[in-house]
Amino acid sequence: MSKITINIDGKEIQTQEGEYILNAARANDIFIPAICYLTRCSPTLACRLCLVEADGKQVYACNAKSKDGMSIVTSSENIIKERRAIMEVYDVNHPLQCGVCDQSGECELQNYTLEMGVDAQHYAVKDVSRKDIDWGHIHYNPGLCIVCERCVTTCKDMIGDNALKTVPRGADALEAEYKESMPKDAYAMWNKLNKSLIGLTSGEEMLDCTSCGECASVCPVGALVDTHFIYSSNAWELKQIPATCGHCSAGCQISYDVKHTSIENTNEKIYRVMNEWNYVALCGAGRYGFDYQNEVKSKDSAAFAKAIEAFKKADTIKFTSTITNEEAYLLQSLKEKFGYKLVNSEAKAFQTFLNNYSEISGTKLYGYDLEATHNVNFVISVGAALKSDNPNARYALNNSMTVNKGAGLYFHPLKDPVIEGLGKSIMTMYHAPLQEEVVLYLILDLFADKEKLPSDLVNYLASFHSKKTVTVEEIIKEEITEIVKVMKKNEETGEEEEVEEEKKKMVPKKISKEVEVDDNRLLEILGADEKFMEELEKNLAKKDSFALIAGPDLYTHPNSKNLARLLALIEKYSAFEITMIPTLTNSLGVALICELDEVCGEYSVGYNTSGDFTLSALGDGDLDMPAINQQEGTLTSINKRVNPTNAAIGYKGYELNDIANELGLRTELVVDYTPMLPTSKGFKSKNFDDLPNHYDNDGTEHRGYLLDNVAVATSGNESVEKFSDEKMEGTLIYLANPVRQFTPFTSKATNLDEVSGIYMSEEYLSKSDFNEGDSVRVKSKSGEIVVNIVSDNKISGDIALLPTFDSKINSEALFSSYRFATASIQKV
Amino acid sequence: MHNEHIEEHFNNRNVTELDSNYYMVDIADYPTDGWGKFKRVVKRSFRGELFVGLWVVLREMIKFDVHTIQYPAEKMPIGPRYRAVHEMKRLWESDAERCIGCGLCEKICISNCIRIDTKIDENSRKEVSEYSINLGRCIFCGYCAEVCPELAITHGGEYENASDQREHFIMFEDMLTPLDKMKAGTQLEFEGFGAITPHEDERVKKTPLAY
Repeated sequence: MSKITINIDGKEIQTQEGEYILNAARANDIFIPAICYLTRCSPTLACRLCLVEADGKQVYACNAKSKDGMSIVTSSENIIKERRAIMEVYDVNHPLQCGVCDQSGECELQNYTLEMGVDAQHYAVKDVSRKDIDWGHIHYNPGLCIVCERCVTTCKDMIGDNALKTVPRGADALEAEYKESMPKDAYAMWNKLNKSLIGLTSGEEMLDCTSCGECASVCPVGALVDTHFIYSSNAWELKQIPATCGHCSAGCQISYDVKHTSIENTNEKIYRVMNEWNYVALCGAGRYGFDYQNEVKSKDSAAFAKAIEAFKKADTIKFTSTITNEEAYLLQSLKEKFGYKLVNSEAKAFQTFLNNYSEISGTKLYGYDLEATHNVNFVISVGAALKSDNPNARYALNNSMTVNKGAGLYFHPLKDPVIEGLGKSIMTMYHAPLQEEVVLYLILDLFADKEKLPSDLVNYLASFHSKKTVTVEEIIKEEITEIVKVMKKNEETGEEEEVEEEKKKMVPKKISKEVEVDDNRLLEILGADEKFMEELEKNLAKKDSFALIAGPDLYTHPNSKNLARLLALIEKYSAFEITMIPTLTNSLGVALICELDEVCGEYSVGYNTSGDFTLSALGDGDLDMPAINQQEGTLTSINKRVNPTNAAIGYKGYELNDIANELGLRTELVVDYTPMLPTSKGFKSKNFDDLPNHYDNDGTEHRGYLLDNVAVATSGNESVEKFSDEKMEGTLIYLANPVRQFTPFTSKATNLDEVSGIYMSEEYLSKSDFNEGDSVRVKSKSGEIVVNIVSDNKISGDIALLPTFDSKINSEALFSSYRFATASIQKV
Repeated sequence: MHNEHIEEHFNNRNVTELDSNYYMVDIADYPTDGWGKFKRVVKRSFRGELFVGLWVVLREMIKFDVHTIQYPAEKMPIGPRYRAVHEMKRLWESDAERCIGCGLCEKICISNCIRIDTKIDENSRKEVSEYSINLGRCIFCGYCAEVCPELAITHGGEYENASDQREHFIMFEDMLTPLDKMKAGTQLEFEGFGAITPHEDERVKKTPLAY
């Protein structure tokens, strides 16, 4: 890709070779109307509004690529005629009921109808019955739908659920005379529009997907609306609070849309969450899990006094990573001042893993991020239940496959129909738990540059290879001669008679052949399919950029140190670039800022986790704290970005800073700590109020700042241990949440209604004598709990899932530290 | 005929033109000395005009032709375009509320005194669950009635909104035409701001229909 210059409406602009004209124009603030195009997805060509003239030829700006020296005109007499006719067509049979439409005020149909100056209608077609449909969390009103297919496009190209498709409308054909009288593109667009509506791919009545709501978010009209939001507010009444989602480590840009609760109650309430959908895609938790605030009537000074007492008595602060960087810094300052032990096992595991990785990589942090992963064409995922650990990582994987003609390779013990459903070019390998080491060795074996790799490692890898002879069946073409009888006219007699003739013919023939092939025992150990290598080679054709996503299974693995070093080796000696998924919202920030301890002392104060005295933003502790949507501060995301977030709604109680101030650290606001975050770890000395939170028209992210990837001294020792043959077998349980749930905070949100319990796949339930709703006792080496069975069609196979989002179920009690465990499950 | 309504006819207010209806009032010079002032006082006091006035009062008293309006027992009639306390109209066809809850009145209100709560009702329609106007803040400008796409919110003739407190809220139910009035067919259409003008039919462009 090289820089080129093109000319749009007389303005010389710089762009990349092969960039779509529309994107080049947008990046340079030149307006070309378009409805159906979504920036990070493939062009749909449904609306045809982006018609422009490139070097005198009419093209669609959304799918025409820029060439050096191209001269583009965005408007001509004919283009204006076409665009106006297109908007008139969109207005045909569109109800004039903007007053009761949720999109009114932010409707692209309204905007473009005005923009094109449509003040009269010249076209008509008989309408069909289009009744609204309730799809569960989404409400579809086909009467308002303009079939731009943005919902279908984002669901396929970005999310990967493929839950929506176009279905036949069943309308009468357009009047024949329009073909002659109408502008050509407008007619073609109408002809297609008039034949389709949006429907569910599954053919079921209710939407059964990962419920991200991105379809409703991208809908330019009021056809797709979040069910919870219907008729609750007009767009223009809502005040948008720029923020960062506080549920997982993706750190998505969101805005909390707030307004007074009702006429009687003037307190602000969050009505919905919006996103810059051209540049960021949310998951269901981010979009619907917004009302997790801790509502407190007033400052409880008695509880505060007790809290101060508890802090004076305590020697340990236990906390989770659902806190801001500033709070993490505050805890670290308390540690430095009063010698508290800081205990956070999940962040500690991640911190240790990062440190082990740094020893070989020489950098504090992993090299890649999800933004970059979107743009590669081969992605591997290891050690993550991708769809629930970090939905954005799944979107990156899917987006790279759909838009860059990429392929993916997914290693995980848990069978996942959602991942399998991403498309034909995703390969899945369901290995046994504890075999993550073998997986990383396999990746080294397949992709590392053997000439540079340390020689003992090369020898070790070679020890798994052998030659074997296999019998392959091959089909060859063979020439045979056969005698056929044909009727021929005897030229002498003039009569038809039968004659025998010889005919040569090529026929396929199966033969068996013995060939010598390479036998890779690593594949056998992992239980790979026989066709694995063949398929992989097919998928690797024409691939030139590689990314690897590593997940939380690796951080708590018994041999996590070895895994971290192997990852560093992969990054160093292969084309793969690595992104690690931080376990929780701000695990990366906590891992960088806090010095964490392994074990608790005698008396602990818990922050969002139970301690002898508990501070809780969930409202169930001894002293209330504000939740993330009630706080100002920064969160460190998987993309190594320090993102600012703002308070969407007020909080009337005490916060951690009040306690710290009482204990002798003096700052007025918690965001006064933002510029003090440790620069030695890559943070920058920037004031909170100077941190931006928006995207440019060309998609450049201006959100907070990027961490510096600080160099770390290395010993030069690159040795890694051999993998252990251990693998878990038997009845397996896995510590992971269902899609849309991460923590007790998502559990508190009213629009996220996942039932908690032990999740079993439909396959598992049909093979066993368990039924949905049964109460079972789950017993492992570490402990036992009693839970109800929930059937989950988003997993398959026979590993049962135990969630962490419901604080009523103490799932962690069953696991030592690794996310898998063997257990016995019995009915009670 | 309608065109005559469109063109506005202004009175000729050019006082310098001779043929205009304006003329200068003949005002005598102001007296400058003491004698002059004394003469004016005597002239005004004893001209007998006082008795003309007294006679009129006496005559009307004897005839019992009293013009004083006995407010609040009696009230002046109010013009149909008068902008007093709001009313919420109903549909003639179904007696249902006209208000669709679009929120335009709330948006346009320059004194920010209107608030609407809406929700989805059991028939999947938008329902106004509550609507309030703070009459203490309302300046009765008429924008809400003008912007209303359904002729739902209008001004009425009720001007008595004295209250014992500054904030005086009026709710949806208070403004809505009572059903008995609807049944009796006595709901009056508002003719002021926002009302349909008589020539509307000729200005509208018809959308073609394929039926």
